Amino acid sequence: MDPRQPSEANARAAAMPPELMQDPLLELEAVTAAYGRIQVLNGVDLAVPAGTVLALLGPNGGGKSTTLKVASCQMEPTSGRVKIAGRTVNGATSEQLAELGVCTIPEGRGIFANLTVRENLELATYTGKSLSAIEDRTYSFFPRLAERRHQLAGTMSGGEQQMLSMSRALSSDPVLLMLDELSMGLAPLVVEELYAVVSQVAGEGVSILVVEQFARTVLGVADWAAIMLGGRITRVGPPGELEQELTAAYLGDR
Amino acid sequence: MENLSGFLILGIATGSLYAIAASGLVVTYTTSGIFNFAHGATGMVMAYIYWQITDPEGWGVHPILGLVVVLFIVAPLFGALVERVIMRGLQDTSLVTKLVVTIGLMVGLRELVNQVLWPPAVRPAAKFFPGDRWTLSGVSVTAHDLIGIAVAILVAAGLYLLLYKTRIGVSMRAVVDDRELVRLNGGRPNRLSMFSWGLGASLAALAGILAAPIVQSTLQVDPLTIFVINAYAAAVIGRLQSLPWTFAGGIIIGVAQNLAVVYLPQTEALTGLRPSVPTILLFITLLVLPQTRLRTHSLQRLRESVPHSTLQGTLLMTAVLMAAVALVAQVSDARMVLDLSRALVLCIMILSLVPLTGFAGQISLAQWTFGGIGVWVAATWISSSNPLSLVLAALVAGAVGAVVALPALRLQGIYLALATMAFAVLMDNLVFKQEWMLGSSIVVDRLPGLENDKVFAIFLALMFGLLALFVVWLRRGPFGRRLQAMKDSPAACATLGLDLTRTKLEAFAISAAIAGIGGVMLGMLKPSVGPNDFLMFNSLPLLLMGVVGGITAVGGALFGGLLLGAFPVLARVLADVPVLPELFLLGPALAGISLGRNPNGAVNEITRSFRDRNEARRRRKELREVADVRPEGDGVAIGPEAPAHAGDGRVLIDPLDEPEWLGIDRPFTQREVQALNEALDLKESDLDVTARS
Repeated sequence: MDPRQPSEANARAAAMPPELMQDPLLELEAVTAAYGRIQVLNGVDLAVPAGTVLALLGPNGGGKSTTLKVASCQMEPTSGRVKIAGRTVNGATSEQLAELGVCTIPEGRGIFANLTVRENLELATYTGKSLSAIEDRTYSFFPRLAERRHQLAGTMSGGEQQMLSMSRALSSDPVLLMLDELSMGLAPLVVEELYAVVSQVAGEGVSILVVEQFARTVLGVADWAAIMLGGRITRVGPPGELEQELTAAYLGDR
Repeated sequence: MENLSGFLILGIATGSLYAIAASGLVVTYTTSGIFNFAHGATGMVMAYIYWQITDPEGWGVHPILGLVVVLFIVAPLFGALVERVIMRGLQDTSLVTKLVVTIGLMVGLRELVNQVLWPPAVRPAAKFFPGDRWTLSGVSVTAHDLIGIAVAILVAAGLYLLLYKTRIGVSMRAVVDDRELVRLNGGRPNRLSMFSWGLGASLAALAGILAAPIVQSTLQVDPLTIFVINAYAAAVIGRLQSLPWTFAGGIIIGVAQNLAVVYLPQTEALTGLRPSVPTILLFITLLVLPQTRLRTHSLQRLRESVPHSTLQGTLLMTAVLMAAVALVAQVSDARMVLDLSRALVLCIMILSLVPLTGFAGQISLAQWTFGGIGVWVAATWISSSNPLSLVLAALVAGAVGAVVALPALRLQGIYLALATMAFAVLMDNLVFKQEWMLGSSIVVDRLPGLENDKVFAIFLALMFGLLALFVVWLRRGPFGRRLQAMKDSPAACATLGLDLTRTKLEAFAISAAIAGIGGVMLGMLKPSVGPNDFLMFNSLPLLLMGVVGGITAVGGALFGGLLLGAFPVLARVLADVPVLPELFLLGPALAGISLGRNPNGAVNEITRSFRDRNEARRRRKELREVADVRPEGDGVAIGPEAPAHAGDGRVLIDPLDEPEWLGIDRPFTQREVQALNEALDLKESDLDVTARS
């Protein structure tokens, strides 16, 4: 970092470590994206190698969630390319990606509040799994959801709701999983429980991109971490190395 | 009453049809968030299509086959097409826009049937199994009635199975919760919406076909439309979401309507009461049912923008309008002068919606009703040739507006629109037709000096100008700010201590008062006026064309009114040309429907496109200047933000935030280096920048 240029807009993009570029499942190449006239991604290069967990970290307004939206085709990039398993998917719709086995759990509670738990699980069947298989697997991970299968999802606690949203990732057997702010508004204990599930899913060989603002828990699960500032990836590396720099990134102290 | 049980059966039969129609409305509303005002008109059109297919005078196809064709092919296709072409563009638009588009569709379908496809003629509506009837405790019950009941039960069961036991039904309910999340799950919300609109249209068709012979023995556009509209009351009883309550509501309305026959005295004054029972129930339900609370979450991001009119601009507009009207009146024939005057009256009526819909974001479908009250007051209380009568008409219409608004104030959005519609229909059926009111048509004298039609046209232009100035003055003052604030965020206003109730009430009163004056103007224009001049259906194009013109600005009212007045004239003038006259008659509806693509209204869009073009030209010019000088400059830019490079050697500057250019747009001379050095307290040797001179 050039100490004379502290402005976020001038933060320099970091080079990808060569290990990341081997056989990446998800790859963003020089992606820019904008909301109207306001550009929020200023050239994002990012790769998630097959079978690894990459944590995308950084303070508010850095462009993390937008990166995830672009990667899951919820948002069209203004330039650059999004590749999944080596194929450019620019212009695909998020439902097409979902059918291909890309599972995205959006920020907040990724559930349908006015449907029962069971009906929520039924919607995961668009991925091709049968409802009974999805139910079996979900309930074996989260027995509490089994008790509540006929309850409206919106009436459950925040942690239970997040479990329900995670159950889609668990049971639909995705190739790529993208999680946005899993820990938001949840008790630390619940967060740990959820990340235990994430690491279990990772253990099955699923590639995972996790966006988080509060980093401690996720660093234990991740194989790689990337810091995002001012719409660019400013640092990529093993989680241990980045832990120190994270504080600086959040507090602006270098 | 020994024939009570018979009437009960008849009531359930009618109620079943209401229930079928209302369930279709609820299905589309819950999955798309759009309250389809055209649902009634859809049912009506489908009944006509069914008649065309099956009647011996039409194509004479067997009724069962015709039923299958309409219910499973024509109606679903129609519904899906409406969703695909019109409704899909309505995401992220305001409630007013959504309502106006469906109202446009409703007006369009009505005109299409009346003017183009099936001009009024005798078309017998056949019952199913017309011969089979039984007498049940003195009341004749037909097989057709019983079929209606059976079909309603089947529909209820079918909808339950669909929505709760199939994935497509569960997905339809999921779309209501979170459209984007359905996509992330791999569902296709657009297809689901098309499916639900198709289903809704099919249910409307079912209700329309079954209801047609019950409403009247021949097909009639308005009664049939109103019949299905009556079913809206059932949907409201179900609070637009609960299907069981919607079915219950349908039955309640049907039974109440039939019992009214038994129990209400058969007097002259109450003849309009029986058909009004559903409307009365709608009104009562709206007032009694608990409403959703103020929404506090998520600031809505809408595509609409809100421009303001200025007093100077409005003055100028008035002057130009008066001059133009005077000119046109001078050169054209008597008939054209009347057409122009009519258009100006429409301008005033649309203007009455500006403070209410444009500023306060409330909807009224009863503007002509207020106009009718105004004209009645002016003509019968004191002589309308007395200028005071205008003031009185405005005051009384305003007071009635406030009284109507008072119970309706706790309502929002669609519910408020429905309440004003119910009020308008009740006035149509119960009050305006009375002998002492407008029933025997009244003659309204003009103010002294205005007997000449040309002078009267100029007077109308002046009247519009004065009222427009009043409206702009309101908008520019504290009251206007309150209205705008209330429209933007009722919740924030409430927390600031703004009295929402009073503000809404005032907006309604002002709007109704202007409409009252507009009514008097219509009265003065026409030789005589009667109940048919003030029907609820007439108020719909006002809202349509107002929003199309741009309801937030008085210029929009002028544009909308003139256009609305011009359509029938164009249709008449071009009567010999094929297709065009029909197109012009459908004009208001088509314009309203097109709004989904362009929700800001015509006037706003035109002024904005001018502004944008100028802005773009300015930007381009600046970019070009910089690009031209860039290659020879090697100086520095000093400003709040470093300029961004376009990548091809050019530099992009934001004109609003332009940095100070040194040595780039002109040579960086020794003099400037010195000035810079002095300012920065630097010596020549400290600098890297090599000056060129």
